[in-house]
Amino acid sequence: MADNPKDIAIKPGDFEPLDQQAGPDNERIAAPSLTFGQDVWRRLKSNKTAFTSFIILVLMFLVAFGGQAVYHHDPNAQQPKYANLPPKIKGVDLYGFNGHLKQSGKDVDAYAAAGAGKDVHYVLGTDYLGRDLLARIMYGTRISLEIALIATLIDLTIGVGFGIISGWKGGRVDLFMQRVIEILSSIPQLVVMVLMATAFTKTGMASIIAAIAITGWTTMARLTRAQTLQLKNQDFILAARTLGESAPKIAWKHLLPNLSSVIIIQTMFTIPSAIFFEAFLSYIGIGISSPQASLGTLISDGQKNFQFLPYQMWYPAIVLIVLMLAFNLLGDGMRDAFDPKSKR
Amino acid sequence: MKNPENIIEVRDLEINFHTYAGEVKAIRDVSFDLRKGETLAIVGESGSGKSVTTRSLMGLLAPNAEIKKGSIMFHGEDIIKKSEKDMQHIRGKDIAMIFQDPMTSLDPTMRIGMQIAEPLMKHKGLKKKEAIAQALEMLKLVGITDPEGRINDYPYQFSGGMRQRIVIAIALVCYPEVLIADEPTTALDVTIQAQILDLMKDLQNRIDTSIIFITHDLGVVAGMADRVAVMYAGKIVEYGTVDEIFFNPQHPYTWGLLNSMPTLDTASGSLRAIPGTPPDLLDPPVGDAFAARSDYAMKIDTEKEPPFFKVSDTHYAATWLLHPDAPKVTPPAEIVRRQKKFAAMQKPKAPISNSDSKE
Amino acid sequence: MPDARKKILEVHHLKQYFNVGKRDEVRAVDDVSFDIYEGETFGLVGESGSGKTTAGRAIIHLYEPTSGEIIFNGQDVSKLHTKKQMHAFRRQIQMIFQDPYASLNPRMKVKDIVAEGIDIHGLAKDDADRTKQVEDLLETVGLNKDHSSRYPHEFSGGQRQRIGIARALAVEPKFIIADEPISALDVSIQAQVVNLLKELQVKQNLTYLFIAHDLSMVKYISDRIGVMHYGKILEIGPADEVYNHPLHAYTKSLISAVPVPDPEFERNRIQVPYDESREKDDKKRRMVEIAPGHFIRASEDEVAMYTQRAVDAGLING
Ligand SMILES: Nc1ncnc2c1ncn2[C@@H]1O[C@H](COP(=O)(O)OP(=O)(O)OP(=O)(O)O)[C@@H](O)[C@H]1O
Ligand SMILES: Nc1ncnc2c1ncn2[C@@H]1O[C@H](COP(=O)(O)OP(=O)(O)O)[C@@H](O)[C@H]1O
Ligand code: SF4
Ligand SMILES: [Mg+2]
Ligand SMILES: [Mg+2]
Repeated sequence: MADNPKDIAIKPGDFEPLDQQAGPDNERIAAPSLTFGQDVWRRLKSNKTAFTSFIILVLMFLVAFGGQAVYHHDPNAQQPKYANLPPKIKGVDLYGFNGHLKQSGKDVDAYAAAGAGKDVHYVLGTDYLGRDLLARIMYGTRISLEIALIATLIDLTIGVGFGIISGWKGGRVDLFMQRVIEILSSIPQLVVMVLMATAFTKTGMASIIAAIAITGWTTMARLTRAQTLQLKNQDFILAARTLGESAPKIAWKHLLPNLSSVIIIQTMFTIPSAIFFEAFLSYIGIGISSPQASLGTLISDGQKNFQFLPYQMWYPAIVLIVLMLAFNLLGDGMRDAFDPKSKR
Repeated sequence: MKNPENIIEVRDLEINFHTYAGEVKAIRDVSFDLRKGETLAIVGESGSGKSVTTRSLMGLLAPNAEIKKGSIMFHGEDIIKKSEKDMQHIRGKDIAMIFQDPMTSLDPTMRIGMQIAEPLMKHKGLKKKEAIAQALEMLKLVGITDPEGRINDYPYQFSGGMRQRIVIAIALVCYPEVLIADEPTTALDVTIQAQILDLMKDLQNRIDTSIIFITHDLGVVAGMADRVAVMYAGKIVEYGTVDEIFFNPQHPYTWGLLNSMPTLDTASGSLRAIPGTPPDLLDPPVGDAFAARSDYAMKIDTEKEPPFFKVSDTHYAATWLLHPDAPKVTPPAEIVRRQKKFAAMQKPKAPISNSDSKE
Repeated sequence: MPDARKKILEVHHLKQYFNVGKRDEVRAVDDVSFDIYEGETFGLVGESGSGKTTAGRAIIHLYEPTSGEIIFNGQDVSKLHTKKQMHAFRRQIQMIFQDPYASLNPRMKVKDIVAEGIDIHGLAKDDADRTKQVEDLLETVGLNKDHSSRYPHEFSGGQRQRIGIARALAVEPKFIIADEPISALDVSIQAQVVNLLKELQVKQNLTYLFIAHDLSMVKYISDRIGVMHYGKILEIGPADEVYNHPLHAYTKSLISAVPVPDPEFERNRIQVPYDESREKDDKKRRMVEIAPGHFIRASEDEVAMYTQRAVDAGLING
């Protein structure tokens, strides 16, 4: 530890006093300044699973919403003579993608049997009405996503507003609002849907969205309320109050930004459950009705032919699974990225 | 102090943290010894590296930490080289730790009796019944009133001071050789702090452990420590016996610390604060890290880091002011007052020289 | 004594109970009275849970007091009904908080934090003026103007506390309640903040209510000290008198607990225990002026004892 001070070379002038005014800044911060968003993005990027999920979701959104611009096939155009054709990709000679089928143990070229020309190929095959399955999946995914996004947005608006008011007001107001939530969340979603189905003459997007939104916002409200209760006694909120800030402004400037992580994370889990609920309803037949398609109706249609033409159910099911997995994994990653304790 | 046997020897320790903004050089060449039965206080501002140092002794560094250099010898073996599994045998049994926040270091869902008994079952292989019986003894020892009635309570049923007593009970239940207390009283108010400090001193006498006591409060150090190491910006800048540090400090940072505290007989008026903030360890300054805040800084301080200069056999300080060629400066009045007291203390008895020429 | 000076704050029999009428009723502040004179620093000390924060928050009207009167600048605070009156009141009293990590909104830039009061009260002519005011305030508390675009988490505890002070100063208040502004800081940084507060007091003619649990620092910054325990004030007097000649047993015990950076003193320290059972007997107690300006909460039969103590301490002639 103790070096021998005699070995140190000292230059003349070394022991001149240092001018403190001109000296180094003693309040300096060396790290670059990151906004909260940048910080979260940086941590999210370093989480491989979450980031991969994010990329997959971006791609799926692009295909679902922009795919039709590239892949010009009408998802509703029926061509009965081309019904139930298996997938066929040009230049690929691999069972499952070459348009061949096994019928009673024999390998049959389904396209030839249907009398389709050389240039006819359906990348993911066709359904029982001869509609292009790829086009239908793209379309169905879009509808599913639209339903989920709109329902989630409604969830979010009602839930966050309700939660903030309940938590901020406290006391009797809070007590009453909590009872409302308890009652609502004790009703199963399915019951609401059946009620909706009878209320709306024809079930469709609107009724599904209504059903999901009516029952779904309570979780968001609960989380927001809990967080608001915690935040409202934080010193920075008290500081705003002592400065004379009004309650709505406090909610906007101080509460919302600090609730944003909870809201975003919860959204990440609400979307997939909305997608799944929609699929489930459509699958059991009280959801989207034809000619509209959603992942649920596609799976339901495909299931009828599952024994012979399993691809008709597999492809939409895979899309559904990937979508749900990606949202959930991204949600998990977001939770870590937003957690101040997982700093650095 | 009476017994120079070293239990822990830390040599040339350097620890970096990898962060998005670069490497945080948290520990920059730290060496010290812990002797049997003594209390070594490590004092320094927040961010000076006290916690990182002690966490490295426990093998509990964050995953983004990298030990660049150095060794930590415990019973002749290097802790740094030990596996996580070996460390688990040492932690809680041979080296125990008390953290700053008594709430987060207790499991909120577990009865306190069980929490105290757990290390006994794990390290000593005791049966649950025996372990609980010993836990009860421990609760008595740390001064919980009605221990029989409270052994089955949960942490939230206790006040902050009581919780810290329980944390101490857990740490000491295996009679560890070394107890590391990282700011154990910072979260408590003075009244409770006084009780906890008395308790720690009392327990140290009874079970003969060595204590590394971490704090930023020199008042607390004065009552607890046998020896003191002052840390600044990831380095030890001065170390010596408690009397040497308090009555004959040599480093301007130590002067600043002592000067910024009100004492019984300092008259009212402005306190002498150390200006500014400690340097950002992401980019530590060239030369002495304290130069930007030191009233005594010289040209060399922005160019070269000072080595340790010997003040006595037990007292070293890393400041250029101790270089034989450096100009003689007058420390602040409060320090001069203290140094006079030191001179007076030295006279009657011959200085007790400790043999520690191992460095 | 100082009675000739103007009282900026008068607190009369303030009671602040929580969960009134329920089983878990807490009497956080229970019949507290004191005055604060313009330009002085009044220190309020006591252990954790004694009701210091609650008292401070009741004064600044974050709580609706259970009973009692708070008169600020001659005006009864509970009678501020219109929005405009409340707004004006908010500009005059400000608060500095204990926890430098919780007191700044982590999602806001320093400049917006500091400018919050400026925005609310419309104190800036335009954007340039706002920026200038913020930069001046940062300089006042010893920070640089390039700190203004950073976020709170980038600062150390002492720096954050100074940002909090800048925020409070922005509305040019007359009276500042500092709730343990140094308890969470390193000792070396505590002196910085204490010095800054003292300097500001002189420059801007501020009055402080300074809350703390550590008597040694409070003694430095305060002119007068009030000692609180279990929601009641037990002793009020000039700072030096309370610190050097405490009359109440609780104050003695509190002072004996303060660690002193002197190993010799510490080796011989004796901690004075306090028997709190006496406070809980059912005797009627009120604040009695034992020595000039030095009040003790005492029952009639205790007055003689305290007077004797004051005589022994040389505060009054026997
Ligand atoms: N909103 C509340 N509801 C119920 N009890 C409360 C509330 N706020 C404070 N209390 C209680 O009032 C008492 C006084 O609390 P207060 O925060 O004023 O203490 P303090 O003296 O500031 O302590 P500290 O030093 O810990 O800050 C405590 O028992 C506390 O638990
Ligand atoms: N997990 C981590 N990642 C990055 N930097 C860290 C980490 N832990 C500590 N540091 C840095 O190491 C330095 C010393 O920290 P610490 O030992 O906690 O200080 P203290 O003396 O207050 O206990 C600080 O600059 C701190 O920011
Ligand atoms: S080495 Fe130089 S800058 Fe560092 S403490 Fe000594 S005199 Fe001050
Ligand atoms: Mg620490
Ligand atoms: Mg408080």
